[in-house]
Amino acid sequence: MSLTARRGAADQARNRTFGPLYSRNARAVISRGMKATMGGHWLVMLSGFFEPVLFLVSMGVGMGAIVGAVEGPDGTPVSYAAYIAPALLAVSAMNGAVYDSTWNVFFKMNFAKLYQGMLYTSLGPLDIALGEIFLALLRGMLYATGFTAVMAMMGLITTPWALLMIPASVLIAFGFASLGMAVTSFMKTFQQMDWITFIMLPMFLFSATFYPLTVYPQPIQWLIQAMPLWHGVELLRQISVGTFTAATPLHIGYYLVMTALGMLFTTVRLRQLFLK
Amino acid sequence: MHNEAILPSTANTAGAPAPGTVITAENLTKTYGNVAAVDGISFSVRAGESFGLLGPNGAGKSTTMKMIGGVTRRTAGNLRIMGLDPDTHGPEVRAHLGVVPQQDNLDEELRVRDNLLVYGRYFGLPLSYLKPKADELLEFAQLTDKAKSKVDALSGGMKRRLTIARSLINEPRILLLDEPTTGLDPQARHILWDRLFRLKEQGVTLILTTHYMDEAEQLCDRLIVVDKGRIMAEGSPARLIREHSTREVLELRFGSERNTTIAVELDGIGERLEVLPDRVLIYAADGESALEQVASRGLRPLTSLVRRSSLEDVFLRLTGRSLVD
Repeated sequence: MSLTARRGAADQARNRTFGPLYSRNARAVISRGMKATMGGHWLVMLSGFFEPVLFLVSMGVGMGAIVGAVEGPDGTPVSYAAYIAPALLAVSAMNGAVYDSTWNVFFKMNFAKLYQGMLYTSLGPLDIALGEIFLALLRGMLYATGFTAVMAMMGLITTPWALLMIPASVLIAFGFASLGMAVTSFMKTFQQMDWITFIMLPMFLFSATFYPLTVYPQPIQWLIQAMPLWHGVELLRQISVGTFTAATPLHIGYYLVMTALGMLFTTVRLRQLFLK
Repeated sequence: MHNEAILPSTANTAGAPAPGTVITAENLTKTYGNVAAVDGISFSVRAGESFGLLGPNGAGKSTTMKMIGGVTRRTAGNLRIMGLDPDTHGPEVRAHLGVVPQQDNLDEELRVRDNLLVYGRYFGLPLSYLKPKADELLEFAQLTDKAKSKVDALSGGMKRRLTIARSLINEPRILLLDEPTTGLDPQARHILWDRLFRLKEQGVTLILTTHYMDEAEQLCDRLIVVDKGRIMAEGSPARLIREHSTREVLELRFGSERNTTIAVELDGIGERLEVLPDRVLIYAADGESALEQVASRGLRPLTSLVRRSSLEDVFLRLTGRSLVD
């Protein structure tokens, strides 16, 4: 390539007009993430896939043998494994998104100084946020697809509706990732990061993941219904059998609002953090 | 403003910089709470010039660099980079800039050559441009044989050279270098200076901060001496030395106990006397004859050294403090 043509390319990049926050180049952040993953992290990524599978096998198959059949979302009995599988999928969507948008971002922000380097280029903070969230969602989608395949192999899928669990998982991941990133922007120390685990673990255990919500007294039910994971568990459970109720759009709406607020919150925080 | 009517073509307002000016700062100020990190500094830099900010740690050099890059917003004052305001046109301004930060922030998850390619993608540059450019820059940074290495396998000097190569990926018109050789051994520093000098020869505008005198003298055409966020002096290294110091300096050590007490006995020798905890500096046009005068008074220093004045002396004169303490 001639020197003039190459200079032309550089000039072209210079002459675009962008706001200070966003340069419409999130794909550069995405391709960086892919390259970094190919370079060495893909084995670590596999662990995120196996975690819900191991839960499904131990709880679903092991405990399921004692529990037997339980009442499914549409009132007909389903195996215990089929009952908890969609819930575990929701949990894995949450965990993957939260891990990517909190610990990963925390490390890159405070230790690897990766974002500081990016921000000295034409990238704006919003390019970085969108790129990282996209990567988190892509990873979440791969996990969801794998897990759904495992469910199919275990004979836990009875309707084509169940395929919709994959996009629904991405929506759940989107909600958690956008909010997680905003929350991480406040974190300065590892001790503060532990608070995230402190909130996630009870949410995982008590959001009607392993048994129905009706075992709790009414005030506790309200509390759990206010938390995001319960909506994800219920949504995927309904999709897994293809039964939809008036609550279905409510669950979806919950995540749409969560995503919108999370993105807004993240943008405001990035502005405060990086354009000071 | 009245000048504008008389000399419309040369009036140097922020909106219309003088021809060839790439950076104009007027009254640039940055405060954090009540602390002024940068306290109303003004300077301008011409294209192709090599401009230095010299000062101790905490003088406001890095903050000034961050404001130029548009990653820190100024509190007050005017700033134009290639005619653009970095606060409102951050991405566009940075497309003209190459930045070498104080701490290496190379992407440790990527290999050496990928660091260049991926960084170029952040500017939105196509791979067809980036691939030959990356190879050319690896050659320039003397890292061609390390192209496939992991970043953490590189030495400190190599990492710095890779960071500089990375900063050149977008063919910047202005290169910002924040303490480029801090922490490097002398050999690595000289290699780096050589590379920077080549860039200067190619017409790249260099803006560098440093607290090393020798670095400023080697690389800067012109510099400002900054202390506590204010400009203490401005000019070429030679001019600053001429204006604020004598031609030579006689350094005497009498042992830490006696340096202060002996100062009285040295009175009258040379033009000026500076007493530091570890040594006494006598500023004189002729250092050797000053040393003879010291001997003629019957004083016997433990060690004596005659040297040329440096920017360190300028800084000491201007602030009453030494640069690296």
